[in-house]
Amino acid sequence: MTVGKDVSALFPDVVNCMQTDNLELKKLVYLYLMNYAKSQPDMAIMAVNTFVKDCEDPNPLIRALAVRTMGCIRVDKITEYLCEPLRKCLKDEDPYVRKTAAVCVAKLHDINAQLVEDQGFLDTLKDLISDSNPMVVANAVAALSEIAESHPSSNLLDLNPQSINKLLTALNECTEWGQIFILDCLANYTPKDDREAQSICERVTPRLSHANSAVVLSAVKVLMKFMEMLSKDLDYYGTLLKKLAPPLVTLLSAEPELQYVALRNINLIVQKRPEILKHEMKVFFVKYNDPIYVKLEKLDIMIRLASQANIAQVLAELKEYATEVDVDFVRKAVRAIGRCAIKVEQSAERCVSTLLDLIQTKVNYVVQEAIVVIKDIFRKYPNKYESVIATLCENLDSLDEPEARAAMIWIVGEYAERIDNADELLESFLEGFHDESTQVQLQLLTAIVKLFLKKPTETQELVQQVLSLATQDSDNPDLRDRGYIYWRLLSTDPVAAKEVVLAEKPLISEETDLIEPTLLDELICYIGTLASVYHKPPSAFVEGGRGVVHKSLPPRTASSESTESPETAPAGAPSGEQPDVIPTQGDLLGDLLNLDLGPPVSGPPLATTSVQMGAVDLLGGGLDSLIGGPNFVAPPAAAVPANLGASMGSGLSDLFDLTSGVGTLSGSYVVPKAVWLPAMKAKGLEISGTFTRQVGSISMDLQLTNKALQVMTDFAIQFNRNSFGLAPAAPLQVHAPLSPNQTVEISLPLNTVGSVMKMEPLNNLQVAVKNNIDVFYFSTLYPLHILFVEDGKMDRQMFLATWKDIPNENEAQFQIRDCPLNAEAVSSRLQGSNIFTVAKRNVEAQDMLYQSLKLTNGIWVLAELRIQPGNPSFTVRLPAPALPALGCLLPCAGQPLLPSLLPRAGVSLMGALAQLGWGPSEPDVNEHQNSEPSFQLSPIRLPR
Amino acid sequence: MIGGLFIYNHKGEVLISRVYRDDIGRNAVDAFRVNVIHARQQVRSPVTNIARTSFFHVKRSNIWLAAVTKQNVNAAMVFEFLYKMCDVMAAYFGKISEENIKNNFVLIYELLDEILDFGYPQNSETGALKTFITQQGIKSQHQTKEEQSQITSQVTGQIGWRREGIKYRRNELFLDVLESVNLLMSPQGQVLSAHVSGRVVMKSYLSGMPECKFGMNDKIVIEKQGKGTADETSKRRPSAPAHSGKQSIAIDDCTFHQCVRLSKFDSERSISFIPPDGEFELMRYRTTKDIILPFRVIPLVREVGRTKLEVKVVIKSNFKPSLLAQKIEVRIPTPLNTSGVQVICMKGKAKYKASENAIVWKIKRMAGMKESQISAEIELLPTNDKKKWARPPISMNFEVPFAPSGLKVRYLKVFEPKLNYSDHDVIKWVRYIGRSGIYETRC
Repeated sequence: MTVGKDVSALFPDVVNCMQTDNLELKKLVYLYLMNYAKSQPDMAIMAVNTFVKDCEDPNPLIRALAVRTMGCIRVDKITEYLCEPLRKCLKDEDPYVRKTAAVCVAKLHDINAQLVEDQGFLDTLKDLISDSNPMVVANAVAALSEIAESHPSSNLLDLNPQSINKLLTALNECTEWGQIFILDCLANYTPKDDREAQSICERVTPRLSHANSAVVLSAVKVLMKFMEMLSKDLDYYGTLLKKLAPPLVTLLSAEPELQYVALRNINLIVQKRPEILKHEMKVFFVKYNDPIYVKLEKLDIMIRLASQANIAQVLAELKEYATEVDVDFVRKAVRAIGRCAIKVEQSAERCVSTLLDLIQTKVNYVVQEAIVVIKDIFRKYPNKYESVIATLCENLDSLDEPEARAAMIWIVGEYAERIDNADELLESFLEGFHDESTQVQLQLLTAIVKLFLKKPTETQELVQQVLSLATQDSDNPDLRDRGYIYWRLLSTDPVAAKEVVLAEKPLISEETDLIEPTLLDELICYIGTLASVYHKPPSAFVEGGRGVVHKSLPPRTASSESTESPETAPAGAPSGEQPDVIPTQGDLLGDLLNLDLGPPVSGPPLATTSVQMGAVDLLGGGLDSLIGGPNFVAPPAAAVPANLGASMGSGLSDLFDLTSGVGTLSGSYVVPKAVWLPAMKAKGLEISGTFTRQVGSISMDLQLTNKALQVMTDFAIQFNRNSFGLAPAAPLQVHAPLSPNQTVEISLPLNTVGSVMKMEPLNNLQVAVKNNIDVFYFSTLYPLHILFVEDGKMDRQMFLATWKDIPNENEAQFQIRDCPLNAEAVSSRLQGSNIFTVAKRNVEAQDMLYQSLKLTNGIWVLAELRIQPGNPSFTVRLPAPALPALGCLLPCAGQPLLPSLLPRAGVSLMGALAQLGWGPSEPDVNEHQNSEPSFQLSPIRLPR
Repeated sequence: MIGGLFIYNHKGEVLISRVYRDDIGRNAVDAFRVNVIHARQQVRSPVTNIARTSFFHVKRSNIWLAAVTKQNVNAAMVFEFLYKMCDVMAAYFGKISEENIKNNFVLIYELLDEILDFGYPQNSETGALKTFITQQGIKSQHQTKEEQSQITSQVTGQIGWRREGIKYRRNELFLDVLESVNLLMSPQGQVLSAHVSGRVVMKSYLSGMPECKFGMNDKIVIEKQGKGTADETSKRRPSAPAHSGKQSIAIDDCTFHQCVRLSKFDSERSISFIPPDGEFELMRYRTTKDIILPFRVIPLVREVGRTKLEVKVVIKSNFKPSLLAQKIEVRIPTPLNTSGVQVICMKGKAKYKASENAIVWKIKRMAGMKESQISAEIELLPTNDKKKWARPPISMNFEVPFAPSGLKVRYLKVFEPKLNYSDHDVIKWVRYIGRSGIYETRC
């Protein structure tokens, strides 16, 4: 307004005009004050008097104006003078003044939080939530929400069913903006059970037809969040799903900027609950006049919704888009065609021919993009489309982007035996080796080595050349390392080299670019906000402590738990399948086995299993993976051996419990604490812990050690969805701040009502721990026996009937050696871990023990134990029970759960049995690790 | 919440800057100018994050409006607010242009002070704002106490959009059903997507606080009523239901002005409200089923060698012959290397507009069930440009005097219990206008 000139010199003169009658002039003076009071703090005191006077003016508009301006004057000296007028205005008879005063409390809190608390304004503000005027309520809610955000621990917005009811009433009456504040606040509430969640949802759904898109999106947020608590087979759940689709589609007819916000959110919603919009593909078709940011987002959603049913339409559209003008858009469209091919197998053929058509256009960037995606298609469907290689090779010269070049080189190397002049092609790339980007150099190196292994006679010179280029003339350590490894591998054992380099690559599959599930869940809690637009948690773009409170979806709690458990498994199962994600290029380490072109990476990237071998090789993961073979690079595969060890280890340590816990049969054994999160990986926070089960309750005993130099506070913990729905039953309570080198021990009670998702391995638990420094992720394996419930003793008749029903092929058998105990001792010890003996008989001088146990999710496991006196070996037979509980789990969760559960339960049972062999002596940790080979698991028949 | 609001002209000069929060520094103004307005490449998102500060922008003609924040705000709300702000400004001084903004500095600052408090949007209904923010300037003494409290209760009240004590000699209301029909058709005449987005705009001159109830041929309502009465009537006349079935339409989704009681709509599907005075948009709706497509475009493009294109386009009108469509315009895109065009058309006027790369064919009026065609020969300059011509779709504009969705207003009842006028005394007008939205046929 002042055209950038500093007019603070006029301060005294302007202040003199304050007491004018002209409202317009007064507003201008106040505006001046807001801008310049900070630069003239001493003079600003002159204004205080007028403020105090104006706050008592008979005209409510002037009272409100004064209280509104007051809060914007950020001068410490005068803040305290303003408390009295503010207090009066908060209790003003006029609602207009009250609603302005409510916001003023938030302003004052921003300036001096302590003052606001001392003066008791927060309580007054809380009272305003029950105000008769809806707008006052809305502003009070907005102010409280903001204040509460900066005090995550305080229970300012104490939401209870009564206050929620008040908010829902005000929701019907206040302005559109007020509705947004209230809905955003409601989204932070966690209803106590599904009934309450449903009743809130019912009252929020009418908002879906509001003209204001922000109201709609905030309502969607509340519904998406509370839906998590509703049981899937509730009629209401289905109705709600149906009600959500139309408003989301309507958002797409809003102005382009809002469409963009809506589309970013729909992208999240589609990932979380694809069923909502699965029939609405057409509305995401791109319009010619859409702004580019809308086009790109629509394209993303189209691919997510693509399925066998609509693939023909989608492909026709994508082909259309590939001829558009905007380069980015065209590229994305071409890439999308490739993604469709990978996602919908039936369409692969058509996609490939479409891509070939596009290559024929010879438009440079289209060709390059097509080659990049065709490489992925080769990976997904090996030995199917290689006939197109010839066409690809024609375009070799037009490739100028590293990614496309790398993809092309990969193809040439991979199919070197089918390309007659592969050596010439690769040689041509080699000429400008040093000018290439690292990605291309690495790829070229690998491709030539592959070529050499396939056609050793003709290409010896070439491989020499590339190896020397990579090792001697390059400054890039990755390239050098890889070069050396290949060199040594080739010189020591060419056969091994062949096995390693030409190993069969795992298939890539399914969805791409999915957001990591925990992040997705968090973002769902932020629908409508900036976080959902950026697809980043608020901590990534908000400064300071504000907004860094992590939100999470409410755990599913049903009022009737017995019916709940079988349903939770199918609930988690469809989304629970770990999608294989094509990682972005440039992941150099994994690149070693040229698996970088899309190895399946599932599970959290930061999985640190404490049981894994600790030694870090000089060459890092690279050599490890080389030794381990191709399987080893992919985390899920790598986890298997480690996990087996873990289970066995834990099984062994079961022994301690039995030895020490002979007297206390009620509690099961406890694994010694292991380091779950080393301090190195968590900025100084070390977490070690174990799981226990005592008289029906499971708890996680944690030991937090602060190895950093700063004090740690604000601890919180969260679990990812897991196979058995383990979830914290209470928040993590760390009462005092953790000072450096201090250790606290906490026992965190757990329950099994969380969301269920099948994990690999089954007893894998992914945990996130937050403190004032950062959020850390780790994963650990919990011993299965903590899930064995106390009433796991099956009725004899039932046992018999079930046992007979189980087909033979569902059976697993193990041997346990070196167990000198007799049947009674075994039985009593097993009971300590909630494995019960149902029956016992003696056949041919063998003791047969029939055992049963029940898991928290209602699955029964039966076992037969054969003990030969004198022979220290036990035989365990584990048939897969076909009980009703398991039966209803099967069709939904899919086959995989059962087979993986059994051996694991078997192992655990085995562990419990194995400990018997130890007798009442007291071996220490080292000893039991050393003795690991002394018994073997020999699965004879695995259930299929 | 919103930390600050800036308005820039097309050069990036700041016209209005209002900072609400302390965390927004003075340099934020420049950051947006440098990174967005003066950015070398066109910015590809309406939300920009620069140094942990987020900027939301919209453009109106050549004016940039930007909202700034450092928090995780409700993004949808910020955009809704920016649009609302444009509406409010337009309601006060007309078109948003640099000149109008400069002439209304004081007013804009006054408005910004009122509709945004500490970054929280407050009541932004123009009707309410105009009662106490005027361009003449109000002297606080001149208002009586009653007037003042009436203003405040209106601004904060349940019915913030209407003041009490409105009187008209003649109670009158106008309903406009405005629809825009959108179509995307393949060259072969297959409907790829079609939807109607409609609005019901109401202009009311009614006294007092009238309670209105609006009814249309919504399938769900008709079926519900049909069921109630059908049970009784069907015994006597079994053929009766067939009559009402055809008349109703399926509405995919609708949204309402904030005056409509949403909970009532949700439970009974009845649309009841107390309208603001003057003009407002009562509802928006969307339909996708059984749309009457007023025109069908049949394109035929033939490439004759490398330097010539032959284009023939037929349009067919598909509605009652007694109705007349107006302002028909067909836009046939031409390649960038067009050197000359010869056009022959039976009806209307056609012209090749080189600057727009299109042949524009205009017809003033056309009755239903008619057909007309245009043929053109396009000569091309030979180019060695490898990139193919993208062939943008043929688009069409028109206006027809019916609702392509089939929506019919069944009633609008007015009740004013306090004043002595009844529903019969109100003069009601209804008008249907169907316009083309994005009406495209690929060629």
